[in-house]
Amino acid sequence: MRSFEYARAADPADAVARFRPGTMYLGGGTNLVDLMRLGVAEPEYLVDVSRLPLDRVEPDGEGLRVGAAVRNSDLGAHPLVRERYPMLARAVLSGASGQIRNMATVGGNLLQRTRCPYFQDVSKPCNKRLPGSGCPAIDGDHSNLAVLGHSTACVATHPSDMAVALAALDARVHVTGPGGDRVIPMPGLHRLPGDEPGRDTVLEPGELVTAVLLPAPPPGASRYRKVRERASFAFALVSIAAVLDVAGDGTVRECRIALGGVAHAPWRCERAEQALRGARAGEESFGRAADAELAQARPLPRNAHKVPLARNLIVRTLLELAP
Amino acid sequence: MEITLQVNGTRRTVEVDPRVSLLDLLRERLGLTGSKKGCDHGQCGACTVLIDGRRANACLALAVAQDGSDITTVEGLADGDRPHPLQAAFIEHDAFQCGYCTPGQLCSAAGMLAEGGPSAITDDLATDPALTAEEVRERMSGNLCRCGAYPNIVTAIVEVAR
Ligand SMILES: Cc1cc2nc3c(=O)[nH]c(=O)nc-3n(C[C@H](O)[C@H](O)[C@H](O)COP(=O)(O)OP(=O)(O)OC[C@H]3O[C@@H](n4cnc5c(N)ncnc54)[C@H](O)[C@@H]3O)c2cc1C
Ligand code: SF4
Ligand code: FES
Ligand code: FES
Repeated sequence: MRSFEYARAADPADAVARFRPGTMYLGGGTNLVDLMRLGVAEPEYLVDVSRLPLDRVEPDGEGLRVGAAVRNSDLGAHPLVRERYPMLARAVLSGASGQIRNMATVGGNLLQRTRCPYFQDVSKPCNKRLPGSGCPAIDGDHSNLAVLGHSTACVATHPSDMAVALAALDARVHVTGPGGDRVIPMPGLHRLPGDEPGRDTVLEPGELVTAVLLPAPPPGASRYRKVRERASFAFALVSIAAVLDVAGDGTVRECRIALGGVAHAPWRCERAEQALRGARAGEESFGRAADAELAQARPLPRNAHKVPLARNLIVRTLLELAP
Repeated sequence: MEITLQVNGTRRTVEVDPRVSLLDLLRERLGLTGSKKGCDHGQCGACTVLIDGRRANACLALAVAQDGSDITTVEGLADGDRPHPLQAAFIEHDAFQCGYCTPGQLCSAAGMLAEGGPSAITDDLATDPALTAEEVRERMSGNLCRCGAYPNIVTAIVEVAR
């Protein structure tokens, strides 16, 4: 590991003031320390933001304000989150292990990097790690990489479970930075790779996530489901956060669907949602909605299984949510 | 950098390079070799310790970032000569074979029992479910055992949870 300086920030303004080229913010370190050990991340200066006074979950109007330093385990165990946003609690509890959730922060979870095997291996080329070096995943091991929204430069997926639920909940990410404060609506924080796969998100250098705001819980029933290779402690192959509100006459009043494990960002299924609004809730309309969304999928040779997986997950989850 | 930790009840002040993990500090500098290095990537749980009472992977924790924290390792679980109830249950139920994962299993179980709340498999997230074997399995999924001693590990933990 390359040597670096370490400092603990006193407050968000102090963290931003300390930022200079070569600086990285440190949350729980569960992703960053690993990447430093692998030689993938080589910060010169680590500014620890894990103990900032951003560690509260508190009511905010009709919604909830979650500080960026709230530990994943505290978010999943919070009474207001469990009662009002069970989909988010389940998504957080589905990620990683009890130990990692105790360390991991909300800010770090959002900004964790891809688990693409080539990105993590510095002996291999990778456009995300080393722009212009190529993408060995396209002709290599991409079995758990993207089927939607990828580019010829990068086919990585974003691994967070929590971010998928936040995308379905229309959460807003509050950031502060050298250029001031701003609010980024989810799912807009994460980018698609395009020809700049080095940039995972729309954040500018030095921008610090301070909080995530959850608007009032959407009406209807909600669910987070994760399909993975083993029953626990594994990243998603495909996951879904879905909300379905069906009117008394059996038609869909409102719905939200976000998929994880399929793209460089949590994937909000706008086409499926549009196809469903006003339709009669049932297996037929759910299947049509899933097909409308997945018509844009461009699976790679060794991850085509993710498309039917996503279709089945959408249909089954909506069937469970339908009254 | 100089940091101060409370380790198993004793105050320790040490000079560390920012690159040093809590695990390497405990094992190589403080002589506490109970915590094990299985993977060094957060994937196996062999390095689990309690930081301020909460279970964490010492391999992913930078020592400098723990300045001021209270650390409990497997060496600090027992009360003097009296083994921790989990240690007694592990012996009674033969919950290990080679023993490499055991210190991490014990610290993780101790932290887990203090956590409460729902897990990813709890049906009704508003409730605090009873710690059945299934709940224990889910909550302990961050601790791998190469010897496959899981059935007895789960039995031992469920007994203490009662
Ligand atoms: C074995 C293992 C299994 C895992 N399984 C899952 C899983 O199933 N599902 C899942 O979702 N995740 C999983 N994870 C990933 C885990 O959720 C992340 O590592 C964790 O959420 C990152 O949070 P952190 O606070 O430790 O971030 P750090 O590692 O400290 O930081 C991550 C990134 O975020 C930046 N950062 C941190 N805080 C801020 C901030 N406030 N503002 C701006 N930038 C910031 C850092 O600079 C860094 O680039 C797993 C991890 C491991 C090691
Ligand atoms: S998919 Fe993206 S992260 Fe993976 S090797 Fe290609 S460029 Fe790198
Ligand atoms: S050594 Fe820390 S989790 Fe494996
Ligand atoms: S007893 Fe050998 S690894 Fe668990």
